[in-house]
Amino acid sequence: MSAFSAIGEHAEHDRNEYTPGVEPQPTWCPGCGDFGVLKALKGAAAELGLSPEEMLVCTGIGCSGKLNSYFDSYGFHTIHGRSLPIARAAKLANPGLTVIAAGGDGDGYGIGGNHFMHSARENHDITYIVFNNEIFGLTKGQTSPTSPKGHKSKTQPHGSAKDPIRPLSMSLNAGASYIARTAAVNPNQAKDIIVEAVEHDGFSHIDFLTQCPTWNKDAKQYVPYIDVNESEDYEFDNTNRSEASEMMFETENVLNEGTVLTGRYYVDDRPSYQQEKRQIGEIPEEPLAERYFDDSYEWERVYDTFLDKHK
Amino acid sequence: MTDDELIWRIAGGSGDGIASTSQNFAKALMRAGLHVFTHRHYPSRIRGGHTYTEVRVSADPVKSRGDGYNFLLALGDSFARNPQENAYYGNEEVKPLSENLDELAEGGVIVYDSGLLDTDDIPDFDERVEENGWHVYDIDLRTIAREHGREVMRNTAGVAVTCAIAGIEPQVIKSLMEDTMSEKVFEPNMSVFDDAYDTVREEFDADAPDVSVPEGEHDEEQVLISGSDAIAYGALDEGCRFIAGYPMTPWTEVFTIMSQNLPEVGGISEQVEDEIAAAALAVGASHAGVKAMSGSSGGGFALMSEPLGLAEMTETPVVLVEAMRAGPSTGMPTKPEQADLEHVLYTSQGDSHRVVFAPSDAEEAYKQTRRAFQIAYEYQIPAIVLYDQKNGGELRNVPASVFDEEPNPDIGSVITEAELEDAPHDPSGKYNRFQHEGENGVSPRSVPGQKGGRYLATGNEHMPAGHISEDPDNRINQVNRRMEKMEAIRADLDNDEDTNTHYGPEDAEFGILTFGSQQGTVEEAVDRLNDRDHSVKMLGVSEMAPYPVEEVTEFVQSVDEVLVIEMNASAQFRGLTQKELGRFGEKLSSLLKYNGNPFEPDEIVDGFVTSIVEDGTLPGHETKFVPAASD
Ligand SMILES: Cc1ncc(C[n+]2csc(CCOP(=O)(O)OP(=O)(O)O)c2C)c(N)n1
Ligand code: SF4
Ligand SMILES: [Mg+2]
Repeated sequence: MSAFSAIGEHAEHDRNEYTPGVEPQPTWCPGCGDFGVLKALKGAAAELGLSPEEMLVCTGIGCSGKLNSYFDSYGFHTIHGRSLPIARAAKLANPGLTVIAAGGDGDGYGIGGNHFMHSARENHDITYIVFNNEIFGLTKGQTSPTSPKGHKSKTQPHGSAKDPIRPLSMSLNAGASYIARTAAVNPNQAKDIIVEAVEHDGFSHIDFLTQCPTWNKDAKQYVPYIDVNESEDYEFDNTNRSEASEMMFETENVLNEGTVLTGRYYVDDRPSYQQEKRQIGEIPEEPLAERYFDDSYEWERVYDTFLDKHK
Repeated sequence: MTDDELIWRIAGGSGDGIASTSQNFAKALMRAGLHVFTHRHYPSRIRGGHTYTEVRVSADPVKSRGDGYNFLLALGDSFARNPQENAYYGNEEVKPLSENLDELAEGGVIVYDSGLLDTDDIPDFDERVEENGWHVYDIDLRTIAREHGREVMRNTAGVAVTCAIAGIEPQVIKSLMEDTMSEKVFEPNMSVFDDAYDTVREEFDADAPDVSVPEGEHDEEQVLISGSDAIAYGALDEGCRFIAGYPMTPWTEVFTIMSQNLPEVGGISEQVEDEIAAAALAVGASHAGVKAMSGSSGGGFALMSEPLGLAEMTETPVVLVEAMRAGPSTGMPTKPEQADLEHVLYTSQGDSHRVVFAPSDAEEAYKQTRRAFQIAYEYQIPAIVLYDQKNGGELRNVPASVFDEEPNPDIGSVITEAELEDAPHDPSGKYNRFQHEGENGVSPRSVPGQKGGRYLATGNEHMPAGHISEDPDNRINQVNRRMEKMEAIRADLDNDEDTNTHYGPEDAEFGILTFGSQQGTVEEAVDRLNDRDHSVKMLGVSEMAPYPVEEVTEFVQSVDEVLVIEMNASAQFRGLTQKELGRFGEKLSSLLKYNGNPFEPDEIVDGFVTSIVEDGTLPGHETKFVPAASD
């Protein structure tokens, strides 16, 4: 019998179940794109039939990091840039959990960039949502790794001399197996993408454009947006790596010119890290976390198992 | 060094197989009933560079490497760089012979591979041999090895020569080789062995030197174990089944042992992108209900500072190990030092707390690693095992029965789903996982996936269900509860017997205080001092945090003066002791060593005599005396 009976319950869940009874009203600024992520996530969780208690939402630090304060499930609000290593380990410890990591563009592409690259490469079976507002929101509007070149802020008074990071291309090169971009102004597409990302076996990365009306006046509302999978102006096969790469490159080029392209950019069915590691015998068949609650488990003794080679 | 023991030093280049040859030699002699102890000296290089391992062999238990040595097997550095004129590294090829002469005892034995080494390259070699009464055996080990097998087998030839000279029964070595080698390798090694052995017997007067291996007998089965082995085994017996790490000398050993053993017991090891991730993964796995650990050495541990604080604030149990090496910065990667004590005690911002153990040897490492897990999981707090390159790497024989213990997979203060039904929840249905009241400050945690247990874990200050809050009353409550845990742990540890080690006559006049890896050496020095009519006892402290204030106070009060011995330049352990005791500044002086090598017993004996009994000058030693405050 499982010690974690919330896992795999398959009951119907209403989207309002993910709204906490205490402090249901987020403290984000009016008009903030972060509301869009929260709404889409609630919709996706309900559609997936996930119990709040089989979900672990790990966030970084930033306005975005407050996601799990306003989404009622198990949550781990970690430290700046480190949501991914915590999320990865929780998934390894208990593969039954639905693990979602989330944070800002500074959090994920800046301070936590190394974890992003390696989590994607390793293809951990988790979903990673990056709230991309092209700005450091919580610390009051400094330039972030995705801020456009020339963007002025208090710490870049003459405008940024740096080209922004290309989040989608970076993700593809690093090895993410599901890569999408959506926007807060497009809640239906966002919800569908989150559903797909959670269902995907492997590392799913969603670059989620979230306007910050308080600090990033330039970015406006990310409208009008175009879905590259649906628009007739764009033709590409998102299972083809080089076509996906070109589409991403173009998407990143035009964003700061005012054309907001969104959609599913890359889908790859290579085995997840969990599958690969189990294959070579380095992940147990049964979830590791269950073992500590299983009174009948026969724990190995060092004395019987490892000591002979020292004799 | 006493007359009836062998301290055998095998010297060569990195990559010459010195470590494995010495390990087999030690194990063979352990099986033959002797007590053994190894000491490694190696450079931070893969191929080439002078390296040696000492094996001390005695009929009685040995606690340290001893002083100097009496048998040199110099193999020559087969990967030496060619010296250029004025190269600061000099002639590397002969270093296994030239660099080792200073510490060789009078009347000692030198065996060198004349196939590789030429004593003409060593200034005043013959004069020094004459002066010191050394017995020299020049044997072309390389040619013997090549004749019957391959050049690498010259180590075997060297061991055979050792047996012939020191009177070790060949079968002692041969049966171990048979166990560890494939038949294909074993056969030629045997021919090499026999040829080398016979060469000594036929060509030299093997009875000449006064260096031999004593007879010994163990009254119970022994195992040859390092501190790193013991830490890993302690973790495994506590049910640790998850490790995350990033290689760094000397912590890599524990990480490697765990990684090799975990799959066999259905555990998971993750080599990750950096140490921030490593510590964070351990926290994530523990949060999700698995007993987990990580670790590193100085620089890597510095990167763990923030996840460490997160574990403390979210009350997620985790065990980290820190293997000290000489710093600051990259320092001397393969050299031991005890200078990360303050780093480990104080790193991470805020009123941050953790438990720190500093075991002295393999047996303590096993027990204290287990204790670290128990406390971490019971009290939901980070616990650290602090050790160093010395006690991590040295091998010694320990009774197998030390490990004849039951595993303890208890996950600590975790609530079950059944208990959750009646547990306090906030109005939205979140479990109050961080209640203001808790026995010993502990509020039981739930685990993701449990029904009725959802809460928010956060590094921000938080309300009982995890909501982020800066409310002053809640803040005071949460801080007080978290601090209360430390006091409860202190009380728990005070009830533990023999975590800290007392040694020597109880009514002694003087005291020596030390911590961690130097303890065995100090014990040996205490014996010698008492043999010479000094009146000295030792307290070896393992509990660095919470610090055993009462026990140390009693010790300091019971003696006239205390010498604090540690392997660093800034007297960190003395500083900690003074801070914790809040007095005795006038009673505590320091003997420090920080040249990259651990203390030898006679350095402590001389340091004690000159500093405490005489005026504090230490002629000819690489140690430093720092007087007490009033001196
Ligand atoms: C190690 C560390 N450095 C800096 C900070 C301060 N800090 C908090 S959030 C943040 C940046 C937030 O930007 P982003 O990640 O884009 O999130 P947003 O607020 O825009 O959602 C910074 C620099 C911190 N908390 N920790
Ligand atoms: S500062 Fe910007 S990102 Fe933060 S809550 Fe306000 S609008 Fe949203
Ligand atoms: Mg941002």
